[in-house]
Amino acid sequence: MRDVLSPFLAWKNLFREPVSIADPLNREAAPRYRGFHKNDVSKCIGCGTCETICQNGAIDMVPVAGFEPKDGDSGLRPRIDYGRCCWCALCVDVCTTGSLTMSNAYKWIDADPDAFRFVPGVDAKSWDEAEDGYRRADGHHLTIRERVPMQELAPEVRVGGFDEIVAGYDVALAKLEADRCVSCGLCIAACPTHMSIPQYIEAVRDGDYRRGVRLLYETNPFSNTCGRVCTHVCETACALRNEGDPIAIRWLKRHIMDQVSQDEVREIIGAPAPATGRKIAIVGAGPAGLTAAFDLAKAGHAVTVFEAAEKPGGMLRYGIPEYRLPYDMLDRDIDAITSLGVEIRSDCRVGRDVAMAELHEGHDAVVLAIGLHVGRSLRMPGSEHPQVRKAVDLLRSIGEGMSFDVPRTAVVIGGGNVAMDIARSLARLQKLTHGEVKVTVTTRKEPGHIVADPEEVRECGEEGVVIAYARGPQRLVIEEDGRLTGLLTWRIVPKIDDKGRSATICDEGDAVVHPADMVVEATGQAADVGLLGEALTEELAWNRDRLAVDADGRTSLPWLWAVGDCINGPDVVHAVADGHRTAAAIERAFAETSIERTRPDARR
Amino acid sequence: MTAGADVLAATDPRPPIDLSSGKYLKLWQGPQHPGITGNMSIELTVCGDEVVEGKTHVGYLHRGFEKLMERRTFIQVFPIVCRVCVPEPDFNEYCYAAAIEELAGIEVPERARWIRTLILEMGRINSYLMYLGGQAGAFGLGVIGQWTTHVRDLMLDRFEEMTGARIYHMFILPGGVRDGLPDGFDRRMAETLREIERTMADVENVMFHNAVFKKRTRGVGVIPVDLVDTYGITGPNARAAGLPNDVRKDHPYLVYPELRFEPVIGHESDMYARADVRRRDLLVSIDLIRQILARMPRSGPTMSRLPNVLHWKIPRGETYVRGECSRGEYGYYVVTDGSGYPRRINVRGPSYTHAMALLEHLIPGTNISDVAALMVSLHTYPPEIER
Repeated sequence: MRDVLSPFLAWKNLFREPVSIADPLNREAAPRYRGFHKNDVSKCIGCGTCETICQNGAIDMVPVAGFEPKDGDSGLRPRIDYGRCCWCALCVDVCTTGSLTMSNAYKWIDADPDAFRFVPGVDAKSWDEAEDGYRRADGHHLTIRERVPMQELAPEVRVGGFDEIVAGYDVALAKLEADRCVSCGLCIAACPTHMSIPQYIEAVRDGDYRRGVRLLYETNPFSNTCGRVCTHVCETACALRNEGDPIAIRWLKRHIMDQVSQDEVREIIGAPAPATGRKIAIVGAGPAGLTAAFDLAKAGHAVTVFEAAEKPGGMLRYGIPEYRLPYDMLDRDIDAITSLGVEIRSDCRVGRDVAMAELHEGHDAVVLAIGLHVGRSLRMPGSEHPQVRKAVDLLRSIGEGMSFDVPRTAVVIGGGNVAMDIARSLARLQKLTHGEVKVTVTTRKEPGHIVADPEEVRECGEEGVVIAYARGPQRLVIEEDGRLTGLLTWRIVPKIDDKGRSATICDEGDAVVHPADMVVEATGQAADVGLLGEALTEELAWNRDRLAVDADGRTSLPWLWAVGDCINGPDVVHAVADGHRTAAAIERAFAETSIERTRPDARR
Repeated sequence: MTAGADVLAATDPRPPIDLSSGKYLKLWQGPQHPGITGNMSIELTVCGDEVVEGKTHVGYLHRGFEKLMERRTFIQVFPIVCRVCVPEPDFNEYCYAAAIEELAGIEVPERARWIRTLILEMGRINSYLMYLGGQAGAFGLGVIGQWTTHVRDLMLDRFEEMTGARIYHMFILPGGVRDGLPDGFDRRMAETLREIERTMADVENVMFHNAVFKKRTRGVGVIPVDLVDTYGITGPNARAAGLPNDVRKDHPYLVYPELRFEPVIGHESDMYARADVRRRDLLVSIDLIRQILARMPRSGPTMSRLPNVLHWKIPRGETYVRGECSRGEYGYYVVTDGSGYPRRINVRGPSYTHAMALLEHLIPGTNISDVAALMVSLHTYPPEIER
């Protein structure tokens, strides 16, 4: 009987309101609901990681008005096609800046199907200001934010000598670090020589170091060097920098070179192209000149490099201390270049041992890569004192292994990397000679605004070097007996001038004498253009005290080119880029003219 | 006719069907048919109103998911697995994630294991609610479907506030789950469970204590217990035959070993017994959700650290991960070859055996008006047959 009557219990609902009346037009979605995307386009860097992870191909990176490409920003922004989007929000989870989120808006009707393909944050939508919607939970993100720590010598150990500070990654750690890369390629655009960074990082992940070396040599014959001392603008552009540590690109480059023997490197570089009969003279065996030499030799030209110093390397050998760049690593880079048949004539100063005219006579092109080897002086009272030295000269002496009286107390003027290099070198010499470090660096800049790399500044402090910020050097303090005892500085005070421009003034009331047996000026360098000779100097076009060159590095004389620090600066990777650019330009110039027309001796 | 068919015909005790005799009629049920639970069809041969043969035809819903997965990176497979089975998608997410975690050696945080269990039980309730509506609807008892759809909607609200989506939750990432529970979730879930219980009491009265329903379902579509292993029958279809087969007990996973419950079994193995097993199993799920909410950790990570998913490579290996979904054993067989892509993913949904081989076996001898209800009573979802 129950089975007959029981179903009639359903009638109890007879007078209830129907329950299926949820109004879809006025129903708010849950706060976490994954609705249409929002993008904070000013925070977005166009890395395209969202596009990469999207399994539907719903995201395209497109140029948008108002966003130009720059270092660390592709200028592109994601455009989402909602005919393809499946609202999985992996793009939000993997976003390197956190700019991409989702609103909880799901109601939108439009007769035009194309309306459902738009650039969030650029094409205004009603939900742009919505508070709710999907965003990553605390701690949930698909990128790996922390860099694999690098083993380094402890400060107290490293200051006792010139041993290399950075140990380099082992294979396992390098793979972990390489794994973090999102392969967005922003680094390629930022790198002056446009190295294939994501690709060689992939080679590290795959453990294919030969491929890695091949990729490195496509754009940079100084990878041992750059893997240690590059200013790594790539890391400043790295997408991961926005929410964590940038990839240790520089260390990974070094890691690749560390894994492959020099014989293998030479084999990977291979043989040069068949000889073309062209001859090129390069003045200066620094990174710019040798990079040009590498490219030109590879193309089959006969390249001779004239180097005034005892050994090739330029500023890499005579400017950068050994604790940052061991000389044998530099030698490996140079060995790879000479393996292509580049002849380096060391101890041969152009202008003294050989004249520019001779180079012009005997070669199809001459490249000046003379660097900036003359230190500039502040020319303040007392600057001519023999214990006032220039940083480049002192660093060269250290590089040449020449001995000098190590001061017990030293002051370095300047806030760039050269100042750090000489301060830290002096600290080591003091530790070795006198047992204690007494070096002060005075800089005009406020803390945080110093020109030198932050890690240089940090390591400097760790090694006992004192940095005196916002100090304007006024004069040397010289006793009556002629002894140098210190440097007088005034405090630099930032000020806005009458026209609203920011300027600085010196506060005489805040004067300090920094005790010093030696004062080192690290306040800029100039090129030694004396080698050109009067006639050539007269003939050439100049841009103030620098040689005037076109975009390819060609001077006003068609046979003469100039590269590197002497025209561009300021570092090794720019010098490498410069070398490549000018080598390519010389190749183009050769292609345009027959061999007879370029070289005076061939004309005869 | 192939040689294999000859052998089958020779061993089949039933009299041969002579279509030219005029006694038989061929009828196609599906692929679009209100009594079919998805896009598949049954080719019926009827004699009067008795069905003498039923052949199952699938292929209307093939989307090639397994092949698509081979062309996607491991993280890119995550958004598409749920689509393999629309009405109960979370098992795909769980099985895929668990397989990847096993092959890649990833530990899942404790909190995520509780939340995953919660999600799977919520999904089971939803799946049973859909089934109950369908089973009653197959006999014209439409009101049950209206009630269960309403309470299922409430559960979808809970899914929405927790996962950010109603149907395709995409919440169980390899490595954990995307987030914890939102504020006030417990209170709203408790209310939803009470509402479901009230509805289930009505369903019991109107559907299960119903002379018509009993008459139409008792003794119909009986699965002999010795057929269970032969046909690979799992889940409520096996439990209604008296076997306590339940992956949650037999091969414990997630936090099931820490929860108190017993597999629900029936005995008659007919359509009624299967419906009743599912109804009672739904009540067990309600109890399990209450246990989970009372005991789950409320703080701690929900995701473990993954390698960079953009170029995630998983060492060579293979595994089979299974779970007890509302229809039986759901499994993912995953093969990796050390590359950034799965070499092979095979989805083992219980519907494959239930809806094809078993249904063909059960159909002969049934009344034509019972075929749709019989298919529903096996609780099959064609999307998981086809993948």
